[in-house]
Amino acid sequence: MSGTLLEVTGLAKRFGGFVALDGIDLAVGAGERVGLIGPNGSGKSTFVNCLSGTLRNEAGQVRFDGRPLDGLAAHRRTRLGLARSFQLPRPFLSLTVGENLRIPIEYVVHARGRGRIDVESRCAELLEMVGLAGRTDELPAGLTQVEMRKLELARAMAAEPKLLIADEAMAGLSHQEVDDILALLLQLNDRGVTIIMIEHIMRAVMHFSQRLVVLVAGRKIADGLPDEVIRNPEVERAYLGE
Amino acid sequence: MRGFPFFLVCLAVAAAVFLAARLTNNGYVFFAGYVVLQYVVMAVGWNILGGYTGYVNFGTAGFFALGAYCTVALEKLVPLPLPVVMLAGGVVSGALGLGMGYLTLRLRGAFFSIATLAMAVVAQTFMVNWPFVGGSAGAFVIRPETAEYFGIDYIRYLFLLMLGLCVIVIAVARLIERSRLGDGFAAIRDDELAAEASGVPTLRLKLFATALSGMFLGMAGAPLPFYVTYLDPPSAFSLAYAVNTIAMPLIGGTASWPGPLIGAVLIATLQQVATVTISSAVNLLIVGLVLVGFVIAAPRGIIGWFGLDRRARAHPRRLAVGRT
Repeated sequence: MSGTLLEVTGLAKRFGGFVALDGIDLAVGAGERVGLIGPNGSGKSTFVNCLSGTLRNEAGQVRFDGRPLDGLAAHRRTRLGLARSFQLPRPFLSLTVGENLRIPIEYVVHARGRGRIDVESRCAELLEMVGLAGRTDELPAGLTQVEMRKLELARAMAAEPKLLIADEAMAGLSHQEVDDILALLLQLNDRGVTIIMIEHIMRAVMHFSQRLVVLVAGRKIADGLPDEVIRNPEVERAYLGE
Repeated sequence: MRGFPFFLVCLAVAAAVFLAARLTNNGYVFFAGYVVLQYVVMAVGWNILGGYTGYVNFGTAGFFALGAYCTVALEKLVPLPLPVVMLAGGVVSGALGLGMGYLTLRLRGAFFSIATLAMAVVAQTFMVNWPFVGGSAGAFVIRPETAEYFGIDYIRYLFLLMLGLCVIVIAVARLIERSRLGDGFAAIRDDELAAEASGVPTLRLKLFATALSGMFLGMAGAPLPFYVTYLDPPSAFSLAYAVNTIAMPLIGGTASWPGPLIGAVLIATLQQVATVTISSAVNLLIVGLVLVGFVIAAPRGIIGWFGLDRRARAHPRRLAVGRT
């Protein structure tokens, strides 16, 4: 681990009178694997949306790779190396699997101006990595749920990010499928990608995370080693009630 | 340059069309053919925004009439050669498209369409109250007998200009489809949030599409005053332009340029034939019936019907269903 990649200070977001995020602080080191958990409605997805630029935060600052992200549009953040996958896969349905990957390659990798790469071989490589080799010309509508999640991750990875935020990439999958996605994320981390995993499946989170962060009602109530965090009385109370 | 051979093929086809029209030795062919070509430009131009990015523009008549009124205004101020006037009309309509795109960029689906319709109404109200271009009484424009430089009958000249514009709009549409821009447009059409997350600058691309599409609609309208010789707001802003321009790509297929081209040639020709053989009032009835037929039997248009269209296969009714 070398240095801080993502630094969030005092992040706040309100929807009308509802406080969705209330002063979140979080630092993530380069190469780290962080798990982010919390009950439904605790603000996890809002947090991701604020980080990725889909929503504008009212207060606080996000610094990524040494520069502030305030006011940057989502596509600019993706170009800086902050990629996300969506909770429900959102493939481009009229484009083939290969074309889905071509979009971030053309608009992120080529737009960075560090030379062009061969789109077709890169697509093949990405699909190979997520276990969808040879499916380039299919339409996403023909993919199964787990394959769509894999496509979602492949598309996020096609942007060659430094930080990947995987928003519930495993929800609704079977035991074996969860293991597939988990192995994939660990493999990405091995290649140097920092990963924030948002997940409800505790088995996966505990296996994956080096550090666990818990959000409850828009506030961060715990941040530390996974084993210690889940024994934290406040966390137990949030999940199991009084 | 990429796409140049295709451009040459288009030119050759256009030349063949012009020669074939001459061979008929019938002036009316040019007169009717002009309208068909005008609709080809409008349908293919409209489709850049409506088909590629999925933003359905109901304000076609606004852009079209603005181009026409630009000609009326310029004719009174500084008479210029018609190609230059067309370019000016395109620039003005393109600017309107840019402005409309900027003001409506947060609207999607049916809401965007309603806003474009409102824009056309505002533009019409503006023209009705602008005496310089005739106001509600309309304006007369004198059509020269023959075109300068070319020395051919003016209707043939208009036909030729519109034919040239067809070549340009088709070449541009095809170039977009095969470029990074076309991929970006398709990503916007499918899912704007995911497009943005994949690095697509959605705002900039949408503005480009609204401006370019508006420009072609305006250029299609610019020669109109010389064609009809009398322009008044109700005819220039006729809803028939909007209805026809939307129906043609839907009937032909929206995913790529052959769709609107086929739809426009088919419907506009049918309308011209019906105008002569049955009555001019039957025009919109034809569009209505054909459109209903296609929505039921072939929602992906003629191109999709024959399975020539890979991109539209996944979500055939995307255009018919408003996105929110």
